[in-house]
Amino acid sequence: MLLEQDFQGFSFDLFLRNQQLLRRWSNESKERIENVLAKPPRKTGTTIAGVLFAGGVVLGADTRATEGNVVADKNCSKIHYIASNIYCCGAGTAADTEATTQLIASQMELHRQAVDRDLVPVAAAMTRLKHYLFRYQGYISAALVLGGVDELNGPSLYTVYPHGSVDQLPYVSMGSGSLAAMAVFEARWHEALTEEEAKCLVYEAISAGIENDLGSGSNVDLCVVKNGGRAVDYLRGYAKENVRVYRKPTGHVFARGTTAVLAQELRKYVQVTRVVSDL
Amino acid sequence: MSQVNPLHYNGGAVFAATGNQCVAIAADRRFGQAQLTLACDANRLFRVHDRLVLGLTGLATDCLTLAERVRMRTNLYRLGEKREPKPATISALVSALLYERRFAPYFVEPVIVGLSGDNKPYCCSMDLLGTPMETDEFVAAGTCAESLYGTGETFWRPGLDPEDLFEVTAQCMLAALDRDCLSGWGAVVYVLHSEGVTVRELKARMD
Repeated sequence: MLLEQDFQGFSFDLFLRNQQLLRRWSNESKERIENVLAKPPRKTGTTIAGVLFAGGVVLGADTRATEGNVVADKNCSKIHYIASNIYCCGAGTAADTEATTQLIASQMELHRQAVDRDLVPVAAAMTRLKHYLFRYQGYISAALVLGGVDELNGPSLYTVYPHGSVDQLPYVSMGSGSLAAMAVFEARWHEALTEEEAKCLVYEAISAGIENDLGSGSNVDLCVVKNGGRAVDYLRGYAKENVRVYRKPTGHVFARGTTAVLAQELRKYVQVTRVVSDL
Repeated sequence: MSQVNPLHYNGGAVFAATGNQCVAIAADRRFGQAQLTLACDANRLFRVHDRLVLGLTGLATDCLTLAERVRMRTNLYRLGEKREPKPATISALVSALLYERRFAPYFVEPVIVGLSGDNKPYCCSMDLLGTPMETDEFVAAGTCAESLYGTGETFWRPGLDPEDLFEVTAQCMLAALDRDCLSGWGAVVYVLHSEGVTVRELKARMD
């Protein structure tokens, strides 16, 4: 028997069972059932964007995660670590962007140790991402904005689509709010942006997504990679323009004993004072 | 809807909230089969170790399978490392177990709460594919998650003591359960604090 720790890759052993369950519980036709998902998985219906400037790259993201029409997380983090000089914004199914960026991050660290360098090329991360996503034919729904600075190419900025195609452009946007963000870029972008101008432009682009796209919301996160990839400003909560208002200052206070309790038990923690045998 | 959705087939809800050096998790007691209630002694809260509780809602068979697999992996961890796993470690484990089945998932929504060594609260929820969502406020899962988010937004506030955290968690749960057909029939609240775990069985509507 295969030990479960030795198992690698995706497991499909529940696939037939899940199909049977959905078929039994629904009156839908056979073909439709395969498209019925129990509940929409958590998505980062998102605005993510990036801009190159002379000395580096600015990445930006909103912070809303949704489950269908419900906001599941008001302040989630969508700018993922890939390497010390590379970061990646993720849009699409949250589980996919999270798992994919984690996988590539660990591969890049192994690569860095194998080539014995301080910094790995951004192109190497991009290549790994596109090969991985292409292999799964778009079923891994991760739409990514990858940015970083390396010794080979200087500042680099890519978008990686779920099917495995790649764009390399000086300004990019992705996710459901990408149109709003791109509108800002097309109106305001110019060559020779300074770092401060680039940050401001990305902030305005994400802000446009937050305001005009229903799937995007809450705060703006920025990440600046500069100084040859040796300096990173990760600005979590760069702008918070949607804080909650109209809240009772004291909160809603319940007097102790309000809730009727049928049974109560205190399970004290076990304190280990002396280990007799260590096996 | 409840007919097609495996996550709603057996019913159930879990709510968790953080406080000052404490954290609470609440679950209802109903075990159903669509609209039919079969039992009101369902257990959705699984002890991982003294300071760590895993709450599971969704399809009951998958909840039990996942709880057993987490138990096995935690035991292996204990044997290998000779210490208890941290809350974030268990989160990573559950997340990996779920994402492995990305294309044929377990129909569960886990909630993980715990206290780290210095009694710092940990609170995390996941979707059925294993996206971890760590928060320093509150999380909700199950058939009345939307109602729970509403009650949480109204009643919860930062810095609650264990006693006040219990009242808030219990009232958030009870209010939301009253607006859900598929959950309810009793509820239980665990409060993890510096002394130990206080377990309270709530008096709830049985309809």
